[in-house]
Amino acid sequence: MTDDGLEPGAAPAFVPHTAEDTRAMLAAIGVEKLADLYSEIPPELLGPDLSALPEGLGEMDVLRLAHERLHRSEPLLFLGAGAYDHHVPAAVWEITTRGEFYTAYTPYQAEASQGTLQVIYEFQSMMAALTGLEVSNASLYDGASALAEAALMALRLGGAAAGAAPARVLVPALLHPSYREVLRTVLDPQGIEIVSYPWDPARGTHPAAGLEEALSVTSARAVVVPQPNFLGQIEDVHALTAAARAGGARVIALVNPLGLAVLEPPGHWAGEGADIACGEAQPLGLPLSAGGPYAGFLTCRREFVRHLPGRLVGRTLDRDGRVGYTLTLQAREQHIRRAKATSNVCTNQGLAVTAVTIHTALLGAEGLRRTAAVAHARTRALLEALTGIAGVEAPWTGPFLYETVVRFPRPARAVLAGLHARGILGGLDLAPHLPELGPGACLVCATERRTPEDIVRYRDALADVLGAPPS
Amino acid sequence: MIPLVFELGRPGRRARLQAPAEDPALDDLPPALLRREAPALAEVSELDAVRHYTRLSQRNYAIDTHFYPLGSCTMKYNPRASNRAALLPEFLALHPLAPEEDLRGYLTCLLELEEMLAVVTGMRRVVLNCMAGAQGEFAGVSIIRAYHRARGDEERREMLVPDAAHGTNPASAVMAGFRVREIPTRPDGDVDLEALARALGPHTAGIMLTNPSTLGVFERRIVELARLVHEAGGLLYYDGANLNAILGQVRPGDMGFDVLHLNLHKTFSTPHGGGGPGAAALGVHERLLPFLPHPFVVDDPKEGPRWSRPEDAPRSIGRLASFHGNAGVLLRAWVYARLLGREGLRSVGPYATLNANYLAVRLRALGYELAYPTRRAGHEFLVTLRREAKTYGVTAMDVAKRLLDHGVHAPTTYFPLLVPECLLIEPTETESQETLDAFVEAMAAIRREMAEDPERLRGAPWTTPVRRLDDVRAARVLDLAWRSGGASSA
Ligand SMILES: Cc1ncc(COP(=O)(O)O)c(C=O)c1O
Repeated sequence: MTDDGLEPGAAPAFVPHTAEDTRAMLAAIGVEKLADLYSEIPPELLGPDLSALPEGLGEMDVLRLAHERLHRSEPLLFLGAGAYDHHVPAAVWEITTRGEFYTAYTPYQAEASQGTLQVIYEFQSMMAALTGLEVSNASLYDGASALAEAALMALRLGGAAAGAAPARVLVPALLHPSYREVLRTVLDPQGIEIVSYPWDPARGTHPAAGLEEALSVTSARAVVVPQPNFLGQIEDVHALTAAARAGGARVIALVNPLGLAVLEPPGHWAGEGADIACGEAQPLGLPLSAGGPYAGFLTCRREFVRHLPGRLVGRTLDRDGRVGYTLTLQAREQHIRRAKATSNVCTNQGLAVTAVTIHTALLGAEGLRRTAAVAHARTRALLEALTGIAGVEAPWTGPFLYETVVRFPRPARAVLAGLHARGILGGLDLAPHLPELGPGACLVCATERRTPEDIVRYRDALADVLGAPPS
Repeated sequence: MIPLVFELGRPGRRARLQAPAEDPALDDLPPALLRREAPALAEVSELDAVRHYTRLSQRNYAIDTHFYPLGSCTMKYNPRASNRAALLPEFLALHPLAPEEDLRGYLTCLLELEEMLAVVTGMRRVVLNCMAGAQGEFAGVSIIRAYHRARGDEERREMLVPDAAHGTNPASAVMAGFRVREIPTRPDGDVDLEALARALGPHTAGIMLTNPSTLGVFERRIVELARLVHEAGGLLYYDGANLNAILGQVRPGDMGFDVLHLNLHKTFSTPHGGGGPGAAALGVHERLLPFLPHPFVVDDPKEGPRWSRPEDAPRSIGRLASFHGNAGVLLRAWVYARLLGREGLRSVGPYATLNANYLAVRLRALGYELAYPTRRAGHEFLVTLRREAKTYGVTAMDVAKRLLDHGVHAPTTYFPLLVPECLLIEPTETESQETLDAFVEAMAAIRREMAEDPERLRGAPWTTPVRRLDDVRAARVLDLAWRSGGASSA
């Protein structure tokens, strides 16, 4: 076989054709060579130089290479910042990666996809229940892209301030920096302005008065209310929601879905509730996995369903009156509405959604509540242990969910490097993001997976790095 | 019917070993912010859940169980080795914000994949931070916008899109702030170059093109088309969803494209997972390098592979992901690329094309009408059932549903919208001749049924867990979520 891939030799890799098969098929088509199949392509375009590509490898060799590359000693994680190290039941990914889920396409042929469709319907139900809103879509790429879609959606809703008001979205000053960047990338081309409302450095949260004022100055049509905020602090979401509503803006809740096992759901904020809730489903069964695949979720009140971006599954009946599931309200989507669609999203995070659904089913309300409560207790214990070291302080005393800020007496960057050398990922250096907190500020997180012994290890390592005896 | 997970189990039942045994008080949180009522979720044992989701999985058709000739979707075999690598515990435990020294091995894989993709696409540089095709399109056309802006060319606000294009193309262009103008397709399947020439002007930002197109044919005058667009000051965007047809044989960069995305969940065999996750590789020509979305991998001569920092990308269109994209998908694509290597990648296009042309010829011999009979098929082809619709009163939908009874996933139906009663059939290179022959047999049986028992066709499917579903009711009654207490409708 010559190496242009065009001789009917024994075909490589996953191509099953024997030389005999290839010849017979070419004969059926009425051509002699594989190359003849490219007769409509301008000849000068054919046969590029691929000599820079490596030779193929067997499975054994590729997996060995993967092992070699990915092997490392695993540090103890006290780092969150939008991606959290929670326990994922063994059953979750064993079932999720069954070929029937793993290798199916988007469920356009409903009768051949009832498994995937029912999973998505259950996912929608779970996200609706957790957020206290009525409708959920079938997922978006991740938390940041869900927030961007939520902002676009909120502006489509119009509302009291719509019409005259310029397209502006108010976001909390303490918004995950990457989420802010993604918002800008998506909203900029449509001429939508992003304005921050202020936080109170004495408390680590956003006072409602600051939001009110920002709203009156900008007349923004949508406000993002986080729970918790980027620094893990719990916000007075009732006051913020009420302020946003009073200013005539739509309310977008940006929430940690695990936190909603213990915290008031957006659907109940300030009584009336938020209009839209969104966030990152990663804490519900998705491994850290270097940043993805995760899954963004987006829920809303029922009256806004026609403005939702992304796929939706509905329950209906078949010809014999049996219950079944199908994609619905597709007229919102790009494959029908094209340039006028609510979004360009097509492929979303299906398999991750399957994992989230199985995870959430296995944990249930009680399991999620305990997970969140234990993570919270661990983070409290961590804060107590670390601030027991001379010079280490907590800028605020809470309340927080399961992530908060400590201030080291030395630049966090150097301290974190010292901790890393001792096998600990000690948190996120906040200096590049919030210089006003000082060079020592560090965002720390302890999930339910961190034991009291892990916390002692962190404390001892920190004392060692700082050269201070643990008190 | 399988009950919903919420309808299984009993109040108070749970998988006790999956959550902490401890139950610490939340006494330091303000009561007004605490949840008053537990969310209505499942209350099941571990076995209840495992059995439920295993049984649900069995209600799917999938590549692992069925031939899946779904046009435009490239449903080829998804190697298990890819999944093995992506589920290595060390990888799953990797925090996206971990220090770069912990990420080097992974970043090395990404660099290797980027380089291989740059070679097969003929682009100067490929980055891997887009999470699906549509996001790759958005990034690509945003780059076109940034390019024109950087040159002070603010007037170029119109994006040309052929009428056969996938719906994400116009939708992405609009999200990136463009007006969209459709360009007609000629009866032979090529873009109407005369109409294109008339549409071009100082307002033209560029054109988004799929080649082979969604009609399954190669744009024969692509070189001329590219010249026309470039001469008018526009750029060419390549929607790489159909690269499988020409992988290893023809490169979009050589055709004249300036920027492209590839769907790794198609051409590079990462699983489609019932609707994702995907990942798109974004490739650019030299002059578009400054605008790439960040963060991307930098091959730092001193530090080794690392993530780009703001100073590496001062003119970037910005960030698209919370972190760095769908890492687990990218690792799977890397495994696929390394398994195939040069020889394997070179053979993908020819064998995908062989299988498609073989099926096209066999179906035509049965009496099925090809939408573009004078054309060579790419990796997929269109059958139109407009004659059958008239003669027998059966539709493309009927045939699609009947195929399910024959143990085959249906081809794509009613896309592209240009061709009436169409089936878009894409067998991919990993299917054997026997499988294709079995599909031909099924299509022959269906053809006989059109004449002999069209009711049987119109009633299909008969053997699936449910029969044809009432879409109208689904949209009218809108039952989108289960609610406790039985009242289910959102
Ligand atoms: C031709 C074409 N373009 C673009 C897309 C969009 O890709 P994605 O679904 O990954 O967003 C698809 C597939 O869905 C496609 O077939």
